[in-house]
Amino acid sequence: MNRANLKEKLPILVTAGVLLVMTLAAGLHFPNFLTLRVLTNLLADNAFLGVVAVGLTFVILTGGIDLSVGSMVGLSSIMAAKLVSAAHWHPLLALAAPLLAGALLGAGQGYLVARFSLPPFLVTLAGLFLCRGLALRISQESVQIDHPFFNALTGWSVSLPGKASLSATSVTFLLVVAVGIWVARQTTFGRSIYAIGGNAASARLMGLKVSRTLIWTYVLSGFCAALGGALFTIYTSSGNAISGTGLELDAIAAVVIGGTLLSGGYGSVLGTMLGIGILGVVQTAITFQGTLSSWWTRIVIGALLLAFMLVQKVIETAARSTTAS
Amino acid sequence: MTPILELSGIGKRFLSVTALDNVDFDLRAGEIHALMGENGAGKSTLIKTMTGVYPPDAGTIRMEGAAILPRSPDEAVRHGISTVYQEVNLVPNLSVMENLLLGRMPKGPFGIKWGAARERADRAIARLDLKVDVRAPLSSLSIAMQQMVAIVRALDVSAKVLILDEPTSSLDASEVDSLFAVIRRLRDEGLAIVFVTHFLDQVYAISDRITVLRNGLKVGTWTVAELPRLELVSQMIGRDASSLDRSALTVLSSAQGQPIIGAENLRRRNSVANLTFDIRPGEVLGLAGLLGSGRTETVRLLFGIDGPDSGTLSLDGRRISRLRPREAIRHGIGYLSEDRKREGLFPELSIRENMLVLHQVKHGWYRRVSKAQQKAMAKELAERLRVQPPDVERPIQYLSGGNQQKVLLARWLAVEPRLLLLDEPTRGIDVGAKFEIMSLVESLRQAGRSFVFVSSELPEVVRSSTKVVVMRDRKAVGTLEGDAISEERIVREIAAP
Amino acid sequence: MSRLPTWAWAAMVLIGLLLFNLFLTPGFFHVEVRDGHLYGSLIDVLNRAVPVGLLSLGMTLVIATGGVDLSVGAIMAIAGTVAAELIARPTGTPFEGGKSAPGLAAPMALLTALGCGLFNGLLIATLNFQPIVATLLLMVAGRGVAQLLANGQIVTFSEPAFASLARGATFGLPNPVWMLLGAFVVFSLLTRATALGLFVEATGSNPVAARYVGIDARAVKIIAYALSGLCAGLAGLVIAADIQAADANNAGLYLELDAILAVSVGGTALAGGRFSLVGSMVGALLMQTLTTTILTRGVSPETTLVLKAAVVVVVCLLQAPSFREIFRRRVRA
Repeated sequence: MNRANLKEKLPILVTAGVLLVMTLAAGLHFPNFLTLRVLTNLLADNAFLGVVAVGLTFVILTGGIDLSVGSMVGLSSIMAAKLVSAAHWHPLLALAAPLLAGALLGAGQGYLVARFSLPPFLVTLAGLFLCRGLALRISQESVQIDHPFFNALTGWSVSLPGKASLSATSVTFLLVVAVGIWVARQTTFGRSIYAIGGNAASARLMGLKVSRTLIWTYVLSGFCAALGGALFTIYTSSGNAISGTGLELDAIAAVVIGGTLLSGGYGSVLGTMLGIGILGVVQTAITFQGTLSSWWTRIVIGALLLAFMLVQKVIETAARSTTAS
Repeated sequence: MTPILELSGIGKRFLSVTALDNVDFDLRAGEIHALMGENGAGKSTLIKTMTGVYPPDAGTIRMEGAAILPRSPDEAVRHGISTVYQEVNLVPNLSVMENLLLGRMPKGPFGIKWGAARERADRAIARLDLKVDVRAPLSSLSIAMQQMVAIVRALDVSAKVLILDEPTSSLDASEVDSLFAVIRRLRDEGLAIVFVTHFLDQVYAISDRITVLRNGLKVGTWTVAELPRLELVSQMIGRDASSLDRSALTVLSSAQGQPIIGAENLRRRNSVANLTFDIRPGEVLGLAGLLGSGRTETVRLLFGIDGPDSGTLSLDGRRISRLRPREAIRHGIGYLSEDRKREGLFPELSIRENMLVLHQVKHGWYRRVSKAQQKAMAKELAERLRVQPPDVERPIQYLSGGNQQKVLLARWLAVEPRLLLLDEPTRGIDVGAKFEIMSLVESLRQAGRSFVFVSSELPEVVRSSTKVVVMRDRKAVGTLEGDAISEERIVREIAAP
Repeated sequence: MSRLPTWAWAAMVLIGLLLFNLFLTPGFFHVEVRDGHLYGSLIDVLNRAVPVGLLSLGMTLVIATGGVDLSVGAIMAIAGTVAAELIARPTGTPFEGGKSAPGLAAPMALLTALGCGLFNGLLIATLNFQPIVATLLLMVAGRGVAQLLANGQIVTFSEPAFASLARGATFGLPNPVWMLLGAFVVFSLLTRATALGLFVEATGSNPVAARYVGIDARAVKIIAYALSGLCAGLAGLVIAADIQAADANNAGLYLELDAILAVSVGGTALAGGRFSLVGSMVGALLMQTLTTTILTRGVSPETTLVLKAAVVVVVCLLQAPSFREIFRRRVRA
């Protein structure tokens, strides 16, 4: 491996290694852990988070941040539920409408960031407030969805051996990851995102459409967050305005654990998927343990974040000393 | 001969400052046209109007006779105007190949065709005879090589006009030569080239015509033969050239006393080696050598930014293992960095705060210097160094490069260091400020202060130094003292096998 | 050329909002004295602005160094929990069984908060972690730790002396308002009567240059994050004392965002450098006035969120040079 590539490749290798070790360790400790069924459940439990994190990965690659994704999940979820139960829309339309809303919100945020160079942190903070506020205005109570088509969607799955099955949400997640990887690697849009994260001023001088790319990046993130909300709605068969509270933190954690630098320019969608995997394994293992309380998840995620930050620090130092020589 | 690019009556204002006023400029195919001027003359602004960074407020731009108004670098490129900037404007985290082709990658039904991209990148690189793995991340290349990549990129878009904005400032002599060879070839192929530089030698080495700007106005355009060096300088600074001759300083004598700092066989791996010298009160130690010869690295060791791997440093006769900037400051050593923006300025703080922050650090954080006292000190320093504007409450970011440099120098003068390390103190600033700064250095030297002086301009080194350490390939290769100091000797030392 | 302070926009919006209330919200400016305490919407605004105000003092310094502290909400939860448990000694927690120690509650909680701040500062100053990431750690894990300490319960207690921190009044004004005032004076003296403010601004403006003029940027950053932690601890105490309970899940939730907002609305650039403590106070008051205005006008509380979003965007835009440029062009045209 080219040593200069170290900074790019090593974090994801470390993430993959940790995921493998943790999964195996959990498998040794809990005999039933290493079954396809547990793993597909893990996938289903985290599909909505994963979709959100994939969108967020692109924003973080540009060197930005999107804090609005958690609230967008809530808005999307309550919007879809209300459209089905109160407005009697067809579930497909009801699930699609929030996607449009998410994309629009993303476009607004992206416009403010790109056109007026406002800090993404603050702009998406406004987005966070806006979405949560709108969601709560729609309904403060949880809304159940009962519709034949919707039930079919919730029940739909691809059967796999060992009583395992891939739910519709899991399939969507895997598709989003595949598309995400393709966009990041094979499209001008994706490469421009990396360029902006590396040096936005240079990217502009190189003739890249920096503003347009930034706006589309936030559109993508908003869309993915809304899609995450739709998946969450399918997953729980209900809509709730406060769902997704604090989800932005989990998503950011997954992206960072996946090896993407918050300063932008380095990272990958695949890494984010592995990061989601690690979060999922921690959660599942704690559930398996049974006696550990749920807050341990947060503490372990925090500890993992710290560990990964330390690893990245070591890699960065190593990379610097190799380029210097 | 009709010009390929013609600017007429260009005007541009920034808030209350007129950057360009009714400037005409024309560029012919197959010529290298040097654009010269002091800092604040309007060179960069003029270039930025051509490249679409700042659309002009007034005037017209014609490309091959047709009026154009590029509103972004991208549009300028589409009109055939490509630019290579002083600072490498590429993306460090992407590969050389992507840096070359970004925005025009070959694409197929499944997106970017990486194989085809690599072939194109290899071909483009081969045009300048460079040896680079196009898959390597740009950040793994030297700055000079990155600059070459930037030029390759500019050429790859069928450019008709190539603007080189101080492309040589981070290149060494041999790299400049190979760059010039390429530029000449491109000129002979019919490209129109605008060349901006601070190096007079390079202007005469390569240009066909010279346009001089001053204070946002065009002074004139000449062919190189019409404009001898001295004339060029006086046009640039708007003064009679003969006054420059008086800048020659009095003959310097060697100083006495205990060395403030001494280096013995100092070495830092991959950085600099073989440093043996001492600096006594009243001495100016010149560090001469090509870019990348280890001059800046030496200064960084002396200020404690980097630590040596072997050898000894001594401060006032006491041996120490290594320094840190804070200790160096405590011992009366100061450092004026080559990189003002990155290592010197606090852009949004005022002139006063920029001047006196160091004074305050020496005072200790809990004993604040009163604002009245600060103002008085800052005013005095600003007057002494003729800082423009004299309003010391202005944020420093709005000052010209030369005035910023004066403020940074004043920052050190405020704490009266015994030894001041000056790394290219006159680079990128106008001739007037240059002269003022160097005169000040000399008067301080006569008062017993010491300096280490790094400069790419040999005449400056020769004129100001009592002792010169010549550096080559990251090693000190010789020391000249007293009458032995001459440009010729230094060049011979640098070129010695 | 005399320039408006950077917080002028926020002050104008605040004044506009107060004028709006003066004309359209009956009784908004009505203040009355009951049992020697002042009551009224204005007093209420002041009192409720205290937690965010306290947070924004520490946050101002942190942001001026070029960083940000996302963990203050979580630190509030930890501090509140520590205080509550030292008083109530609930079973099933690490604090079970000891003697109730109300006198120790506040100092220990503040000490814990200071420790959290120091942890952030050390990660950032000595290991060079990006502030967002470093403080994200405690933001994520901190509430977990608080829940661990409280064993997942909401710890309630009844301790009049402690409660008076939030509920009592001195010279008519509620105690929290005095605390905020005191903290503001202390911070102002600490930063402007010494050179700490200048060093903070220099560090945030250009860390490399700061190092080369001998500023101990590490110490500066550690101090900033420690102070921010301390402020969070204080805010956590005020909230715990007010509701006489510690809720590890919800205490201070999203308050870090409110504080960052207050600081930024108050004219301190998120990129670091120049800061204004007065501006942050104006920012905190503005956010609270907005909330109170909405509540007193009988609009549903969730609308506050939407309006907050609008305020963030408007104030950010007003501060953005590229946005002002548009207006300048319009005016000229």
